[in-house]
Amino acid sequence: MPGAAVEAKLWIWQRLSAAVLGICVIVHLAVIVYAVQGGLTADEIINRVSGNLAWFAFYSVFVIAVAIHAPIGVRAILNEMTPLRPGAVHAVMATFCLIILAMGFRAIIGLYTAGGV
Amino acid sequence: MFRGHRQHAHYWAFALHRIAGLLLALFLPAHFYVLALSIEGAAAMDGFIRWTDAPLVKLAETVLVILLAAHLTGGLRLMALEFIGTRESSKAAVAIGTGIALAVGLMFLLNVT
Amino acid sequence: MSNSIHVSVWRGGEQGQFEAFDVPRQPSQTVLDVVTYIQRNIDPTLSYRFACRVGMCGSCAMTVNGKPRWTCRTHVNKVAGDGTLEISPLRNLKVVKDLACDMTDFFDKMNRAEGKFHPTKSRHDDFDVVLPDDPARKLAAQAIECIGCAVCYSACDVVEWNKDYLGPAALNRAWTLVNDVRDGGNKARLTAVSGDAGCHACHSQQGCVKHCPKNLSPTFSITGLKRATAKAALKGEL
Repeated sequence: MPGAAVEAKLWIWQRLSAAVLGICVIVHLAVIVYAVQGGLTADEIINRVSGNLAWFAFYSVFVIAVAIHAPIGVRAILNEMTPLRPGAVHAVMATFCLIILAMGFRAIIGLYTAGGV
Repeated sequence: MFRGHRQHAHYWAFALHRIAGLLLALFLPAHFYVLALSIEGAAAMDGFIRWTDAPLVKLAETVLVILLAAHLTGGLRLMALEFIGTRESSKAAVAIGTGIALAVGLMFLLNVT
Repeated sequence: MSNSIHVSVWRGGEQGQFEAFDVPRQPSQTVLDVVTYIQRNIDPTLSYRFACRVGMCGSCAMTVNGKPRWTCRTHVNKVAGDGTLEISPLRNLKVVKDLACDMTDFFDKMNRAEGKFHPTKSRHDDFDVVLPDDPARKLAAQAIECIGCAVCYSACDVVEWNKDYLGPAALNRAWTLVNDVRDGGNKARLTAVSGDAGCHACHSQQGCVKHCPKNLSPTFSITGLKRATAKAALKGEL
């Protein structure tokens, strides 16, 4: 059955990306709670991440993990709760993955280079 | 939605996990769009951030934070079941996970206001 | 407490309606007693299934006030606190007539999940030795008591959402055979339970665990299948 190995591998990728995201999300939530104290400003965000390779690397890992994790998750919803055929679901998910990668890296690169680095 | 056979903790945990995941997935493109406003300079981004000062937006943000934390704890529940494999229904895990998610949301709310 | 119960019973097939009956209340009355009373004293055209009526065979499973249960093991006092009962056939299965449903899909899926034993020895070979404290034997023992009553299948939302989903009972049975050292069909079995309608569709909602009258945990068995199929996929065996 062609679907067997695919399903098992998607399951593995979903759990692996979940493990990575577990750490990323905890860091992200901590940063959010810290950053909103005393009001949030664009300067504060830009000063923190612009030109900073560590943050660049962190958010890159974050975006790649989300680009794997979110489409696989939404795939289950589309398969179970919509009349879309498997081929259509696959196309929607591949597109979603590319959108996350494109918009995510546009944001990361934008923040890294903001402030004239 | 909550017919007879769905009235138990793990069904609610699943429902919350799925709804949170879906809403977060839909929120992501908007989130990345706002962050990319930084390309146009701090002023463009600040314009948007000022809009988020509205109380209703702060409430929506708090809900988003709760959803993110809830999706995380729900995922931990799932992976604990799949990898540690407990036979008991571990309803305590559902309670603790929900509690942590609400606590994180409260921490955000208290800091953002 | 009034001395009669107001009962709503599904009549018809896939299309039909609920019909109301008033049944005298008795001490220690089960829902099966109620259904039997209606068929014997009020409407002999009511169709329903039962066999042992003592909680061993699983034939009397129906949906009672929204939950799938064995009606011979459901006391009216426990479920009809306000004096009303709603009885319908098991969810997720085609209705034959009234309270009897078609179990074909349920058993077909047992087959599709390779829930059958593939022998590796003949009468000329020695017996396999399986010690009682062997870990795989213990795992099989935890899941083997399933009698195929379809209560878990009825309780499962993924079965409702995905018509091809093999379901908790079939996957649970497959897991017992994965842990049976005498069985030689594991490659086909792990492939069978790993398709787009297999173990990975389970979200651990545990409706099956909550409603199983024998306190089995198909969810636990399914997580075992998830781990086994992941290992097999990584080794390229699927």
